[in-house]
Amino acid sequence: MIPRWIYAPAALGAAFVLLPLVAIVARVDWTGFLGLITSQASQDALWLSLRTSAVSTVLCVLFGTPMAVVLARTSFPGQGVLRSLVLLPLVLPPVVGGIALLYTFGRRGLLGHELDVLGIQVAFSTTAVVMAQTFVALPFLVVSLEGALRTGGRRYEVVAASLGAGPTTVFRRVTLPLVLPGLLSGAVLAFARSLGEFGATITFAGSLQGVTRTLPLEIYQIRETDVDAAVALSLVLVVVAVLVIGLARQGRAG
Amino acid sequence: MSLELAATVAARGLDAALEVADGETLAVLGPNGAGKSTLLAVAAGLLRPDAGRVTLDGRDLTAPGTFVPTHDRRIALLAQDPLLFPHLSVLENVAFAPRSRGAGRREARATARRWLGEVGAADLADRRPARVSGGQGQRVALARALAADPRLLLLDEPMAALDVSVLPALRQTLRRVLADRTVVLVTHDVLDALLLADRVVVMENGRVVEAGPTTDVLERPRSGFTARIAGLNLVSGPWRDGAVAGVRGIAADDAPVEGEPAVAVFRPSAVSVFREAPGGSPRNSFPVTVTELEPHGDQVRVRAGHLAADVTVQSAAELDLAPGARAVFAVKASEVAVYRT
Repeated sequence: MIPRWIYAPAALGAAFVLLPLVAIVARVDWTGFLGLITSQASQDALWLSLRTSAVSTVLCVLFGTPMAVVLARTSFPGQGVLRSLVLLPLVLPPVVGGIALLYTFGRRGLLGHELDVLGIQVAFSTTAVVMAQTFVALPFLVVSLEGALRTGGRRYEVVAASLGAGPTTVFRRVTLPLVLPGLLSGAVLAFARSLGEFGATITFAGSLQGVTRTLPLEIYQIRETDVDAAVALSLVLVVVAVLVIGLARQGRAG
Repeated sequence: MSLELAATVAARGLDAALEVADGETLAVLGPNGAGKSTLLAVAAGLLRPDAGRVTLDGRDLTAPGTFVPTHDRRIALLAQDPLLFPHLSVLENVAFAPRSRGAGRREARATARRWLGEVGAADLADRRPARVSGGQGQRVALARALAADPRLLLLDEPMAALDVSVLPALRQTLRRVLADRTVVLVTHDVLDALLLADRVVVMENGRVVEAGPTTDVLERPRSGFTARIAGLNLVSGPWRDGAVAGVRGIAADDAPVEGEPAVAVFRPSAVSVFREAPGGSPRNSFPVTVTELEPHGDQVRVRAGHLAADVTVQSAAELDLAPGARAVFAVKASEVAVYRT
């Protein structure tokens, strides 16, 4: 039972989210659409976006899963503060994240000298794009997975341990399978966030066609000179995002 | 002694010790919050006691400077909820422990099938846990625990959540598979204790208040809790002039001497209920205020404080019994058994 009046603001909110999407579709120049999205610059940007987002999603899973487990299953002094700090990129303006990354891994950054000695130059490379995306997307995976771990509780893990399974076996055969839906939706969120990443990327990685200019950067760049192309590419990004969400929903239902 | 356990857990008010011999089943009885589950958690290594020691087969599991992790204790746990891993089939659930110990897939499955057969659940092997009933689930959980080949089995109210109709069969199964095992069984059901356990300890407020062979404890309950769950009335006090706290009774073989602390025990069915004290009767009579009426078979159990009487529905109506009503309980001295404490 919900009060009838609640439909009014709900519909208003939904319209606020959906109407701009309709506006994009309405503004698309359909006659030149194919040409606009298959230009070399567009293809480079789309391909780069998909590649880097996929890699950063994998990195988020590899590092975010252990982080979520430590946050959900242990308690130590300062854990609350640590959690807040780790989740900081969620609320931090991405540009600030980019600057922070630049002064950590850039040539004159905290680790810049050490990396330089090793012959590694991170800033303004595709690696930097992946790092910027991972930086902003990691908290999404951690939050989603930590929630799933806490909701699931430890009961099954306790049973597994009493059956003689060591911590690694319990993690592999009980903990992970039980939170798989949470992990998947966390990974999808992380992928989507990576795909949309703009601020940290342009600050830390710059905008070099084929190297660091991802789709959002390309859209921003081209908007000044070719509005039709910008709108067409925006629609591509919307479609990709919708596909990702659809896939995630289907994965959960199955 | 196979299991020796002593533990103090201040936060939960636990301060208890118990021992279980090799192949023995020990029932732990007690009201909610008595510390029974805490005791099991200490044994299983899920809880580090403030002080104490857990030794199994001479090996220190919990001791000053020693804390063996749960998975290395060879102590299996069966709780109220079967907690079958939902992502594994019944067979894979039971094969979990052998697999964890390094057995190959084929060998682990063979072991699992054997244990499923042992508990009468062989036909469930290919099902998903979501598709078995509560009683079946508990059988599978039992098979899974046994497949771990534990040195000690901890059962925490394994039948408390089950439909009454499946209990007798499951009890039979438990009785068979627990026979030669070292088991600690936490229960609130006297029947479980009677049928499954060799010995009983009774806990109240975090302490062991009674211990002994099952029949002894249930027939001669000395704590209020045991008397209540055993369905018996119990009055304690010094033994004077053939009576305990004014209740005349017959002393058992091991009679108390004058002034010695004793308990008088009698069945609710031996108690008659009157509106007013029956005159000139040789019976013990106590004026009481009725606190509770509950159906008990085809009779009504009348509770008055810690005493209980069974009367027919008709007499309950005739006597106009209701909570708050005044009445007199009477019991013949020949129906009262007295034990020293």
